Amino acid sequence: MSDAEQPIDPNDANDVREEETVANDEFEPVQVFPESEEMDLRPGSDDCYKCSTCDTECPVAQVDDDFPGPKFQGPEQWRLKRKEDQDIDDSVMSCSNCMRCDSACPSDVPLSQMHNTARGEYVETQMDKLSREYVRNRILANYRTMAELGSKVPRLTNFVMGLDVTKWFNETVLGITSEREFPEFAEETFREWWRDRGGPGVRSEDKRVAYFHGCYSNYNTPEVGKAMVEVFEAFGYEVVVPKQRCSGTPMFANGMLEDAKRAAGINVENFSGLIEEGYDVIASCTSCSMSLRQEYPELFSYDGTASVAAHTYEALEYLRVHEDLEGALAESEVDAGEFAYHAPCHARNQGLDGQAVELLDHLDGADAEDVGPSCSGISGTYGWKDEKYETSMKIGAEMFEHMEAADAETGMTECPTCAMQMEHGTGYEIRHPLEVLADALVDERSD
Amino acid sequence: MAIEDDVVVIGGGIAGMTAALAAAREGAGVRLLAHKESTLRSASGLVDVLGYDADENLLSDPFEAVPDLPESHPYRTVGVEGIRDALALFDDAVGDRYRGGHTDRNALVPTHGGSVKPTARYPASAAAGLASDSRDALLVGFETVTDFDAPLAAAHLESAGVPFSVRGTVISFPGDFRVDAKVTRYADALDADERVEVRGDGYSTKLPVREALAEAVKPHLRGAERVGFPALLGQHRPAEVRESLEAELGAAVFEVPMGPPSLPGMRLEGALLSASREAGVRFTTGNPVVDYETADDREGTDPDGRVAAVRVERNGAAIPFHADQFVLATGGLVGKGIDSDREGVAEPIFDCRVAHPSDRYDWFADDAFGDHPFARFGVDVDDDLRPLDSAGDAEFANLRAAGAVLGGYDLAAEKSGSGVSLATGRAAGLAAAREVTNYS
Ligand SMILES: Cc1cc2nc3c(=O)[nH]c(=O)nc-3n(C[C@H](O)[C@H](O)[C@H](O)COP(=O)(O)OP(=O)(O)OC[C@H]3O[C@@H](n4cnc5c(N)ncnc54)[C@H](O)[C@@H]3O)c2cc1C
Ligand code: SF4
Ligand code: SF4
Repeated sequence: MSDAEQPIDPNDANDVREEETVANDEFEPVQVFPESEEMDLRPGSDDCYKCSTCDTECPVAQVDDDFPGPKFQGPEQWRLKRKEDQDIDDSVMSCSNCMRCDSACPSDVPLSQMHNTARGEYVETQMDKLSREYVRNRILANYRTMAELGSKVPRLTNFVMGLDVTKWFNETVLGITSEREFPEFAEETFREWWRDRGGPGVRSEDKRVAYFHGCYSNYNTPEVGKAMVEVFEAFGYEVVVPKQRCSGTPMFANGMLEDAKRAAGINVENFSGLIEEGYDVIASCTSCSMSLRQEYPELFSYDGTASVAAHTYEALEYLRVHEDLEGALAESEVDAGEFAYHAPCHARNQGLDGQAVELLDHLDGADAEDVGPSCSGISGTYGWKDEKYETSMKIGAEMFEHMEAADAETGMTECPTCAMQMEHGTGYEIRHPLEVLADALVDERSD
Repeated sequence: MAIEDDVVVIGGGIAGMTAALAAAREGAGVRLLAHKESTLRSASGLVDVLGYDADENLLSDPFEAVPDLPESHPYRTVGVEGIRDALALFDDAVGDRYRGGHTDRNALVPTHGGSVKPTARYPASAAAGLASDSRDALLVGFETVTDFDAPLAAAHLESAGVPFSVRGTVISFPGDFRVDAKVTRYADALDADERVEVRGDGYSTKLPVREALAEAVKPHLRGAERVGFPALLGQHRPAEVRESLEAELGAAVFEVPMGPPSLPGMRLEGALLSASREAGVRFTTGNPVVDYETADDREGTDPDGRVAAVRVERNGAAIPFHADQFVLATGGLVGKGIDSDREGVAEPIFDCRVAHPSDRYDWFADDAFGDHPFARFGVDVDDDLRPLDSAGDAEFANLRAAGAVLGGYDLAAEKSGSGVSLATGRAAGLAAAREVTNYS
């Protein structure tokens, strides 16, 4: 029912206006069902009033005619599923977990939580554990294990990964697309660098942060982690780097909820203890912070989950709140030039999409142009799958065009996989905002 | 220290964006905070100023009727000139995407139910469809777009006595789209003029979708001079899509506004967003504002009665946004700017007073379509749009309110939604900016 629908006769019975909104408060659906161990998403499903706003925001639905969209995946599937013997629709595996539908819904329906649980259940009960898809997804989701092995012999791994025969094997046997270049492993991981430098360079009683570096900045782009440490130390923070596992993002996206749960347990335990000692958690990857902030409390109930969620920040967001970051940048200068900036979906969801562009506005010698609200399309492991590669590139097309139209030859983003996609689609070199800030704010850089 | 701007606007609907745009054009540093997508995504994209008077009579000139509105109506606060200035700001921001600025009189736009809606500004895409136009019309619906029953809408229009003859027909949208394809999917296909498979008698061929669509309509044309489609003719290039269809059909083409999700609403949102961005407004979206800080929070007193910052929350972490002036444009019951539960009605961020009967049975009229008090729920404001407490004093010296969060009007009954949001949004943004520029 739309307000556009104004009948000539204002007493027309079609005009229900806003009554429902008020009347709904009388019905509290949670109470209708007995307490259950399983997550009850029924109230969220009942909040859906079928406005389809989520569908208009879904990047996969935009290019893939076979994908029924978030409204179906979330509230509708949830209702269907509650009936006996109703299988989960396999289209849930085509959702990329970009979580855009979450922030679109005006009615606060927990869409991505619904997708994550449905996907978990689908993989658990309906997927053949010997299938090529399952094996491939498990490998992709557990990137860290692969990376840990690979980074022990980075040169060899980089060499092997680049071989045609490896690509052929990956594509034909595993279903990992040969279109993409595997990200190179760093010669020295972030943790190795951290250990060799002797840990924290600054000690402080009241300015302390615990760094969640995630897999990618450890194994592939340690320069981002180093920049993070140096910027925070320049502001007088004590930085610690506790033992940690993968944030779980690729596991949620592949329905490997058990793997994610194990990793989350370790992360929550290691970080919540530090929070009690006055540390806040910061991350340089926006999917990692998203995971700790939103997906953990939505899906797991470890002691300390809520406290970790409430104390986790994206690195620059943290400095903006606690320091005069804009002032510091206004007094600095770099020779960095123009960037085409892409806001990752998971940064958007945390309200961070305007941040990098705003900050660089204050800095002489660096400028970032936002290339628009479209999704990059890679969504972590999604764009690595043979059968999803084309969809991923179709979604990314708009971003590629805008990057090329922008007055810049270097890209910028906070998300490591968005960076891969940006590079893949345009050939641009991609940097993390923290690296530019480190150039501006840190006198002697270690790299 | 922290994140600091001159003016912080809370809410990303028409009211919030207009406030931000007006303030930024005055030279203030403006940040807009919004939680979710606004109701613009669902709204028709029509900009109503005032369609009906209190006795439910259709108004031909909304400006004439404004002085007769009750004292408490937001239009009385901003005045007729305030409404005109706001429409001028709107016209300038949206450019040739909108029509209606040439006259004070309401335009009559056919809707997807076959009724006629009085409105002040309408998308250019709806222009050829006006009910005051006497050209014969054909309405075309699609089998898979169930919200628009073209023959029924045509019959309604005829029985409403429109001065032209109108027929409706239903065809299938050319190409192999899913049966439950989203309107945005059709719009994207038309934007890109994708090639689609068309099957004829024993042959099949591929055609650009605009041409294929025109071909499918032609046999039904039978002399109609204008053709109306449900509002899905392109998301990004609506004018171009319309032009190609017009060229193929040899008839004028228009869109009939639809229910949610609404492409004209989305296009309007995009236009206001780019105008605001161009004026320098900074956007921080995705999380709700949950409460505020006063300058003297620690002592628990606030001699100045000023808001110092609002807090945006995500899973327990609160991020403060400081500013000199604040505008509250969080919408009404639908936009979640006003909250109601069994106990009462409240404005959730600043806890501004929302006058309402204490007995909740008095919130409604007995007749389902009667004159419901709840439709007017909202904050009361002074002449400067500052929310008032129960003693009739401004709640805060530097907080103004705009749009559906205001009380004293029934946007659904009088058809004034976007107009009130525009007029009060502009006034609040301007007042906030003036305070700031006075300071410096
Ligand atoms: C279905 C429908 C059809 C309509 N059709 C028409 C029409 O044909 N013609 C017409 O003129 N008008 C129409 N309207 C009304 C019009 O579009 C606007 O809804 C109205 O002008 C109100 O706008 P607003 O900016 O005040 O509030 P809204 O559009 O409700 O925006 C409120 C904003 O505030 C944000 N917000 C709320 N709480 C918080 C918080 N705590 N923190 C941060 N942000 C918050 C919301 O996310 C949203 O962005 C229609 C509305 C609807 C719902
Ligand atoms: S998470 Fe992203 S891909 Fe999945 S349904 Fe939501 S919007 Fe679509
Ligand atoms: S946006 Fe929310 S309310 Fe609207 S259809 Fe999607 S889930 Fe339902």
